[in-house]
Amino acid sequence: MSKYLLDKFLFTVDRDPELVERYRADAAGTVTWWEQEYANKLLNCTSDERSTWLAFTDEERRALREYDHVALFELGAHPFLTLTLFIAMFERDHGPLEYQKAYGRAMAHLHPPYPDIAT
Amino acid sequence: MATVAAVIASTHHPFYYRASTATGDDRPPFADAWVAKIEAFRETLTKARPDVLVMVGSDHFHQLWLDNMPQFLVGKAPFFDGNFYNEEREFGLPRMTLPGEEQLAAHILRNGLDAGFDLAFSNELRIDHSITCPIITLRPQADLPIVPIYTNIFAPPLPRPRRFVELGRTIRRLVESWPGDQRVAIIGTGHLSLELGGPRQFGEHGPDPVFDRKAIDWIASGDLDGCLAEVTLDSLHLPGNATHGFMDFLLMMGVAGAGAKADHVDSLDLFHTREAYFTWYPNGVPA
Repeated sequence: MSKYLLDKFLFTVDRDPELVERYRADAAGTVTWWEQEYANKLLNCTSDERSTWLAFTDEERRALREYDHVALFELGAHPFLTLTLFIAMFERDHGPLEYQKAYGRAMAHLHPPYPDIAT
Repeated sequence: MATVAAVIASTHHPFYYRASTATGDDRPPFADAWVAKIEAFRETLTKARPDVLVMVGSDHFHQLWLDNMPQFLVGKAPFFDGNFYNEEREFGLPRMTLPGEEQLAAHILRNGLDAGFDLAFSNELRIDHSITCPIITLRPQADLPIVPIYTNIFAPPLPRPRRFVELGRTIRRLVESWPGDQRVAIIGTGHLSLELGGPRQFGEHGPDPVFDRKAIDWIASGDLDGCLAEVTLDSLHLPGNATHGFMDFLLMMGVAGAGAKADHVDSLDLFHTREAYFTWYPNGVPA
């Protein structure tokens, strides 16, 4: 499991308008590109200095490719990051608060204690 | 020595700016009542005639990140830009630039370290809505220098509630020991019960109105012992998965002092989360 990397994906995409649109338009392609080119990028460093070891598990990769926010929650991704990115991608297709409420309803079977979000 | 002219604690609802500036059909039905409460709250700061604002908030993974996450961080810079693209996108928040008070920041850093808090610092900190929202609500002219203090309520492992109280007590002592005659307002924002990204989000009310009522009573009466007897890192998961932001209220109770009754208490039941506003005047209510 690589919760840190899941969160790093959500964080880096959410803060970049181009990546938000790219992920909305092509989830699978963006996840593949991101894992190859971006996952090991040190965010506070020149591009020559990189990590060598970060990779998604199959289940994490699938959840990101399928916009499966329930699975991301169950995997322990930080819920603020998932929510804010998914609102950015999908709220525009719905009426006021409609997307946010449906997002919550899809998780109605989940009860505390929720999965641990510590990385 | 500097004077603590006011201690102010509130929630920081990022939708206030949009709701309060909306017109016509876009204006939500609760906007006028919300604005009235905020304007009364704003007057409690104006009356204190502050020269400087110490502002406690919590970064929401905007500038601070898991590759190098501080627990408590003091911004020491001549200016602070405010708000990020994704806050503009989601909440319609405006960009802003606030002046910094570097001498007070340096005083808090030096003496905070000596008091046992391993404070991180930043010479280039972009602040987010936990600090810009109280500027919008309490000091929209954004004309006073600030010292931003960020707390980690977001990325476990978190400091425990008592640590927030202790930091609040220390900040109060440090401000009062700052040489000079400035009038300092200490302002902090947090949450009552709140759920983000879970099944209880965006309800008609906050996810746990019972917790909210108790929390308002604890804060209004300065009941630190009662609050700490019930609130732990584990218990804060129960009222909603983002309720750990309540620890910034605990920090502000530490600033105000145990048993200190707030001079201004107000709240507003909104969708998603309850708003709450508190002001204390440690040196008496201004005329």
